Amino acid sequence: MSAITPPLPTAAAAPRATIGAYARRWAGNVRGGELGSLPIIVGLLIIAVVFQVQNDRFLTAGNFVNLMVQGAAYALVAMGIVFVLLLGEIDLSVGYVSGVAGVLTALLLLPDGSTVPTSVAILAALGSGVLIGTLHGLVITKIGIPSFVVTLAGLLAWNGVVLLLIGTRGTVVLQDSFVIGFANDFVPKATAWILLVVAVAGFAVVQVLGLRQRAKAGLENDPPLIVALRVLGLFVALAAVVSIVNQDRGLPYVALLVGALLVFWTYVLRRTRFGRHVYAVGGNAEAARRAGIDVDRIRIACFAICSLMAAVGGIVLASRLRSVDTNAGGGAILLYSIAAAVIGGTSLFGGRGHIKAALLGALVIASIDNGLGLLGLSSGTKFVVTGCVLLLAVAVDSISRRGREQSGRA
Amino acid sequence: MTATAGDGGPRERPPATRPLLELRGVSKRFGAVRALHEVDFAVRAGQVMALVGDNGAGKSTLIKCVAGIYPIDDGQIIFDGRPVTIGGPKDAAALGIEVVYQDLALADNLDVVQNMYLGREETTRLRALDETTMERRAGETLASLSVTTIRSVRQTVAGLSGGQRQSVAVAKAVMWNSKVVILDEPTAALGVAQTRQVLDLVRRLGQQGLAVVIVSHNLHDVFEVADDITVLRLGEDVARFTTSATTQREVVEAITAGKLSSVPGHEEVPI
Repeated sequence: MSAITPPLPTAAAAPRATIGAYARRWAGNVRGGELGSLPIIVGLLIIAVVFQVQNDRFLTAGNFVNLMVQGAAYALVAMGIVFVLLLGEIDLSVGYVSGVAGVLTALLLLPDGSTVPTSVAILAALGSGVLIGTLHGLVITKIGIPSFVVTLAGLLAWNGVVLLLIGTRGTVVLQDSFVIGFANDFVPKATAWILLVVAVAGFAVVQVLGLRQRAKAGLENDPPLIVALRVLGLFVALAAVVSIVNQDRGLPYVALLVGALLVFWTYVLRRTRFGRHVYAVGGNAEAARRAGIDVDRIRIACFAICSLMAAVGGIVLASRLRSVDTNAGGGAILLYSIAAAVIGGTSLFGGRGHIKAALLGALVIASIDNGLGLLGLSSGTKFVVTGCVLLLAVAVDSISRRGREQSGRA
Repeated sequence: MTATAGDGGPRERPPATRPLLELRGVSKRFGAVRALHEVDFAVRAGQVMALVGDNGAGKSTLIKCVAGIYPIDDGQIIFDGRPVTIGGPKDAAALGIEVVYQDLALADNLDVVQNMYLGREETTRLRALDETTMERRAGETLASLSVTTIRSVRQTVAGLSGGQRQSVAVAKAVMWNSKVVILDEPTAALGVAQTRQVLDLVRRLGQQGLAVVIVSHNLHDVFEVADDITVLRLGEDVARFTTSATTQREVVEAITAGKLSSVPGHEEVPI
């Protein structure tokens, strides 16, 4: 790499990167094609400015709350998609798997004499997701059919199951206040502020503990100022969100669900052996196998997680619409969710990506959908624009990949 | 995990006469292809054993059988006096057998620490990954092997040169409390200085009491580090030499005998 190679950090000395070195490393990474979330944040800013100029209702508190509720289902499904994309696989069935879960929830909660407790209905819907994903994973790994084909078959078959479950009813109205409350009720305004303080304090504690542990082990640390800025940044971002939504109806419960699952799956991917093995299988399956990792088990688990998150998204979508019909799981949910994961920066080639990509991508998708809706444009225009944005995002991925190759990081 | 390559202390050695790893009559077929036929092979603790042979002689197949990548069709593997079945890479690792592969089984998207601990990650009591411990020990292991060319143990392997990757792969193998280390063509892609470093390392591993198997085409390297040489030809073990009592010419003849005359146009094996 470079001619000057400083010695490795040892237990004897605890070098600390300076702010300047940190900034230079970041700039070097960007030039080398490690763009991180930079393109998407720039993209979101452009989207916000463009739509606000066109229609001054776009950047209002009320519309921000709408946007959250609309984007939540895409974000949840896209979190599952991230797991299969990390393996370099794809799941085309998530749309109708979410439909099956939504319909199951609504049917089980129908007040027709056989109503089950809400928790049982939700667990049954989530369980159906896990079972469906495990089935996909088993067929893909044990029989050896490409995931594209298996989940394409799933797309058809689970669409059929949705129709069979609905039967002659046409539309099933969701009749459970708890499930409807996900997307239609709001966190009390004071509670939202308390949750914010708890979240930021938790983040700060984790960061400081990490710093202290690394210092104790004599490892290179990020400058404390950078860590402080990170905590401050999170506080400012969350405070902005809470203060804006509190001007309107408040924070929808579904936003809490998205936040909690974002933290949970990020932890699973970045801080557990399972997550590490997911990246290893996506990066070099043969190396993973030689390291003694059960590659098939990892694959099956990722497909199960993907369908589980599709089920979560399906319940949220049913909650937002307050009903399910024969169209449940159809329409844009599949393509928007995959697009969200990809736009957020998950590589289609496997091994690269974060759970937060799902959230950022869903924000972009929901913003475009919402903004074009405000302008009174048709679905046709929405799809054309969303398609172009998807292409642009993948182009950024491919070009930054070329940057990585040129700087020897691919 | 209790010892790194750098701790340098003398290990308890089993009786030097008994092989630590022994193969008796091992055979392996791929369909109609006979990759190994009744091969006998043995290596003692503290011994550097070279495994040589022409392309297709069965060297890679042999080490993959020992590593648990391929199941053997016939024969016995005896480890430390007991017959063992190696059903997968985990079995091999549990016995203390580590392999550094020619095609470097590293994941490009993971960093140096993540690769060195792949499949054996340290966790804290809460089952989270113990990154600080792993980073510290990986850094110490690399330092103990005098690997000074790696800028940061947190950079991805994709950004490393061939020599740096080889260093990581070797460090990955010796970081564990391994008893047998098998190196498949460890110097094939390296420059002069890094070849020297790896050969020094191989010798040091033998001195520390590990059984070392080095697979190589380069007889110059083999004569520099190996105590003994086993020659494979077309899937059979055809000769064994003690390095100090033989010449490169003798070994080359064992590698090629009966072959150059029967295969027209075949070139001499480089010395």
